[in-house]
Amino acid sequence: MDRYTLNKNLAQMLKGGVIMDVTNVEQALIAEEAGAVAVMALERVPADIRKQGGVARMSDPQMIKEIKKAVSIPVMAKVRIGHFVEAQILQAIGIDYIDESEVLTPADEMFHIDKKSFDIPFVCGARNLGEALRRIGEGAAMIRTKGEAGTGNVVEAVRHMRSIMSEIRRVMMLPAEERMTFAKEIGAPVDLLEYIAEHKKLPVVNFAAGGIATPADAALMMQLGCDGIFVGSGIFKSGDPAQRARAIVKATTHYNDPNIIMEVSEGLGEAMVGIEIDKLEDQYAKRGW
Amino acid sequence: MIKIGILALQGAVIEHIQSLNKIEDILVVEVKRAEQLLEIDGLIIPGGESTAIGKLLREYNMMEPLKRLINSGLPVWGTCAGMILLAKAIVNDEEVYLDVLDVSVRRNAYGSQLDSFQSSAMIEKVAEHDIPLIFIRAPYIEKCGPDVEILLTLDGNIVAVEQDNILATSFHPELTEDLSFHKFFINKIKAFLGKSYAASL
Repeated sequence: MDRYTLNKNLAQMLKGGVIMDVTNVEQALIAEEAGAVAVMALERVPADIRKQGGVARMSDPQMIKEIKKAVSIPVMAKVRIGHFVEAQILQAIGIDYIDESEVLTPADEMFHIDKKSFDIPFVCGARNLGEALRRIGEGAAMIRTKGEAGTGNVVEAVRHMRSIMSEIRRVMMLPAEERMTFAKEIGAPVDLLEYIAEHKKLPVVNFAAGGIATPADAALMMQLGCDGIFVGSGIFKSGDPAQRARAIVKATTHYNDPNIIMEVSEGLGEAMVGIEIDKLEDQYAKRGW
Repeated sequence: MIKIGILALQGAVIEHIQSLNKIEDILVVEVKRAEQLLEIDGLIIPGGESTAIGKLLREYNMMEPLKRLINSGLPVWGTCAGMILLAKAIVNDEEVYLDVLDVSVRRNAYGSQLDSFQSSAMIEKVAEHDIPLIFIRAPYIEKCGPDVEILLTLDGNIVAVEQDNILATSFHPELTEDLSFHKFFINKIKAFLGKSYAASL
């Protein structure tokens, strides 16, 4: 069995879980205590990157190492799109996953990283099935919606998840002779399209990310068919991070149980301030292709 | 009809369901609440993040009821994270979870994801052919109590054990096409059916 299959299997173990953005050891411990299945170590959460502007790069390796030492759950970190040297550094640290992320400023406007040349699993963002399959074709072991990070607005994540799910359903219905043309239309490798036709699902797990701020947002994404949740700014930009983190974990487990989602949504304090998408200067989801 | 529950707080739940659905006369339910534990004949604790699943068991008040049920005979099978949750001791960790399986288990025992691997082995008690074994950031057992039967030792490490109604494997049969371990667990449930344990919740 090859390394890629083992990496896809590893991502399966994260299913039904919540992965939280953290910027220091203290936040990482809060996330672990709340039941996160992994943490994303980064210097600034997307909401701050958005506010402060400038070029956003891979985090300081020392800060990532400290977080790695502090928790027993897997640790992920982000690299800029196309910046394979940042990825080499993260692999040298012994990080558990690399997120080739549109939240950071892209380093290459033509090409994503050749993820097959790494031993470490990669997660990548996608807005639709074609984009998801291109990333998988490059070697991503896990996919997430791009959503619109740092906005506290779930509308883009919903759009991307609905788009991916509806295109998967379409592939399942296509007669064999129409698959190649559809692959051409959406710019996807045809062998991966064939995989979906045969297995009725993506070849890797698919998480929701980008704008999830409340337990109800998390449950909404789960009911739309994702395998798990990334929460970025939503937790540590809210009034009571520990309680909100626990509530989002619980809502993700019990996404089909309105009574439990109601209970955990009560008295959560202030959610992060949300931004409307058309007020944005920079839509991160448009980075990458 | 045998009713098997999969602890569905987090992890590789659907993979176990898909394996069990290939076997006849099995009803599979996702277990997310304590009261559901009373309705099943056996429970699988799947692979996932043991720290997260352990915390959620406590948070949802399932830890104590489940522990009592296992101690009174509910057949249970833990894969990977499930093995860690069942253990009475975890190396380098003071915290234990269900505290029912008399072993000392080491988390991520082989190292990081780069040390995940596949192998295969013949386990006479389970099947008459080689079974594929997938280890993902897997634990292994370093020490066993007297009542624990070792089913498989691989490269000097204990990776599958049985103790009365408890089965634990470091590897993930649910990620392969091979159904031997699922069938083995079903036979175990059949052997325990009729023994009353439900009154203990």
